[in-house]
Amino acid sequence: MKNLLNRGPSAQVWKTGVPFIWLTGSALALCLLMITGLVALVMYNGTGFFWPSDIEAVIFKDGRKAMGQRWDKQEIPASNRTGSGQFRIQLKVGNRDVYGSDFQWIDESDIQSTDYPVDAVVFERREWGNFYGFVEALYEGENRVSNTWDVLQAQLDKTRERHEQIRQIEKDAIGDLNRQIESLRLKKREIEFGDGNADEIDAIDRESRSYWEAYERLADQLAQLRAANEIYRIDVRLIGGEVRQIATADVVRAYRPNRLGMLGKTSVYLSRVGEFLFDEPRESNTEGGVFPAIFGTVMMVFLMSLAAVPFGILAALYLREYARQGILVRVIRIAVNNLAGVPSIVFGMFGLGFFVYGIGGSIDQFFFSEALPAPTYGTGGILWASLTLALLTVPVMIVSAEEALSAVPSDVRAGSLALGATKLQTILRVVLPGALPGILTGIILVIARGAGEVAPLMITGVVKLAPALPVDGIWPFFHLERKFMHLGFHIYDVGFQSPNVEAARPMVYTTTLLLMGIVLALNLVAILVRNRLRKRFGGATF
Amino acid sequence: MAEAELANTRSEAIVPDIQNPIVTVSNLSLYYGETQALFDIDMQIPEHRVTALIGPSGCGKSTLLRCMNRLNDLIDSVRIKGVVEIDNDDIYNSGYDVISLRRQVGMVFQKSNPFPKSIYENLVYGLRIAGENRRAVLDEVVERSLQAAALWDEVKDRLDESALGLSGGQQQRLCIARAIAVEPAVILMDEPCSALDPIATGRIEETIEELKKQYTIVIVTHNMQQASRISDYTAFFYLGRLIEMAETSEMFTNPQLEQTEDYVTGRFG
Ligand SMILES: Nc1ncnc2c1ncn2[C@@H]1O[C@H](COP(=O)(O)OP(=O)(O)O)[C@@H](O)[C@H]1O
Ligand SMILES: [Mg+2]
Repeated sequence: MKNLLNRGPSAQVWKTGVPFIWLTGSALALCLLMITGLVALVMYNGTGFFWPSDIEAVIFKDGRKAMGQRWDKQEIPASNRTGSGQFRIQLKVGNRDVYGSDFQWIDESDIQSTDYPVDAVVFERREWGNFYGFVEALYEGENRVSNTWDVLQAQLDKTRERHEQIRQIEKDAIGDLNRQIESLRLKKREIEFGDGNADEIDAIDRESRSYWEAYERLADQLAQLRAANEIYRIDVRLIGGEVRQIATADVVRAYRPNRLGMLGKTSVYLSRVGEFLFDEPRESNTEGGVFPAIFGTVMMVFLMSLAAVPFGILAALYLREYARQGILVRVIRIAVNNLAGVPSIVFGMFGLGFFVYGIGGSIDQFFFSEALPAPTYGTGGILWASLTLALLTVPVMIVSAEEALSAVPSDVRAGSLALGATKLQTILRVVLPGALPGILTGIILVIARGAGEVAPLMITGVVKLAPALPVDGIWPFFHLERKFMHLGFHIYDVGFQSPNVEAARPMVYTTTLLLMGIVLALNLVAILVRNRLRKRFGGATF
Repeated sequence: MAEAELANTRSEAIVPDIQNPIVTVSNLSLYYGETQALFDIDMQIPEHRVTALIGPSGCGKSTLLRCMNRLNDLIDSVRIKGVVEIDNDDIYNSGYDVISLRRQVGMVFQKSNPFPKSIYENLVYGLRIAGENRRAVLDEVVERSLQAAALWDEVKDRLDESALGLSGGQQQRLCIARAIAVEPAVILMDEPCSALDPIATGRIEETIEELKKQYTIVIVTHNMQQASRISDYTAFFYLGRLIEMAETSEMFTNPQLEQTEDYVTGRFG
């Protein structure tokens, strides 16, 4: 026996346990490396997007010119090198309406010279992407006005302000009117189906007419604002020499990166980050902001937690505290554990069939029948999506809550009962507080799982572009039947479904970074709460 | 000694005459499912005295103790035959109010079990669940019970801190204070010192010494010295049976049965 165990130096090494320490240590190191690598990649690709890089003007050997911002630089594979250049660069030349495409690959060997013209301007437009060129002339109506940067910025400010007004009217005032008119129409239909009381129909018609008049007034106002904005125009000279006219009202932002110092670039950077966080998307989501998606994600996570957490805790309480521990409970426990591993799309299908068509359809039948066949609740919406995700995460909640409950020592329960407490009092006053930190860990898991799911949402209420947020100033303020946007889906949509994938790629990373940040922030809140509770209850027992 | 032989030779335990019993156990048998853990126990617990229950592990001391506040009700498999009376009321009577029983019969466990709450909230727990929320009353009870458990000086400045931050001995005294805060008639203690060092044990013994003026105490202990130091009566159990019960001085100097003598002198156990 002794001989068998001490067979040589390698056996000796095994006996010390050192290799095992190395094995476990390197497994952990590999995990950490992968995670930091992932975060670093996303950070690297995601944070640079808003930085206003310099504009390069390239003159080719054959006399052509191109101008834009450096996007990428690649080594040309030796096999298909045509010129002598080893690298090719990708310029974002913008001006899609002129050139047809935003990007241009340039072989280094074709380049005669590169310079950075100080007067080159980037116009970020509401449509058609960036425009690169030089300001040739500014117009106010028919008049050419002085062609200075300050005048341009002043005009931009003015048009931006009117643009805001226009949007406000379109969204809020007209949206409001539309809803009023629609509800009147439905009321009228109801009456027509019913007793057909002519007086009531007359009253509704009158009211409806007054709304239409209000609408007309708003439309006039809109036309005036638009006309007022029309008069400002910019003549822009492209690098090739031709001159194009763009409307000032179409420009979101204009800056001359080659003139900007660190401070100036930072301010542009921050303004673009601000737009990203707080504005609505433009250009089929590849530009502008993601605010509706942030809002939708956070609200969905809240609704989901609101449903999944109490439900999961109650179920766990029953399983752990009340149910007779036997074969049935064991089977249920195994089933719950397995439920946590069911592919999420399966839950999505269930949500579609049960919540959307089943419950939603019935709600429509009973409460919104006058709107049919247009569905109100019988179509995907934030409520159904949240409930579907709640269903998906409730097993996670049950399992971790059960674990937390069973970690409360049975002596502590007995201590409470021995003082004359009822079982309910014991659960509410001793068991739950003791299990709270563990339950919060469960909530963290639920949030992390729920915020990252996309597949089931796609069939229960997420859309590429939602016309309105699920919360607004119109009664009843929360519109849980509305469709919503979600960062996870946004990433998928921008990255793979947008017409201009190349231009959208950085946006994908940035949005990913944001999604990670939001999940992290939500978790951080839960962790802080948990630590505070730990401190209050002290000890590692709980 | 084999179980069957024991049952034949000694059907009746040797018990003393007790003038003022507060707890009377008659003919008590207890089963965990199919296995019987207590056999026909007949004993009386004298009021305002300390009664020690001794015997080897697994002989049913804890089980018997838990019959006195019906904590065995928590275990589904338990079946009970016989009568346990407190103040001449059969506590296993179907009409008996378990909640009020447990207010009357407090318990201190082997492992200290403070609740995950502040020291203050631990102490007033029994009162709060009974609906007492007046701050003045609670404050008064907290001070009184902490004084009684000789813990007041140590914790009076940190009543709002978590009870889980106390040392083991302090936690156990907190549990004693928590039990007496509701002013029970009887306090059951199941090896309250088994997890504590000698100094902490000494302090708890002092506390018990003080408490017996007002309370009836039933204490399970494995420590013969402890039993002889603090108790007035001692009951020896073996394999689910009460073998002998006597005044402690009697028990340790002049036991009636050889088996008892063997155990208290440490020759077996
Ligand atoms: N919950 C239980 N279920 C089944 N048997 C038990 C249970 N608790 C105790 N027993 C058994 O009952 C007997 C007495 O146990 P116990 O009262 O804890 O002994 P002691 O406290 O004297 O050491 C032991 O044989 C033990 O195995
Ligand atoms: Mg015991």
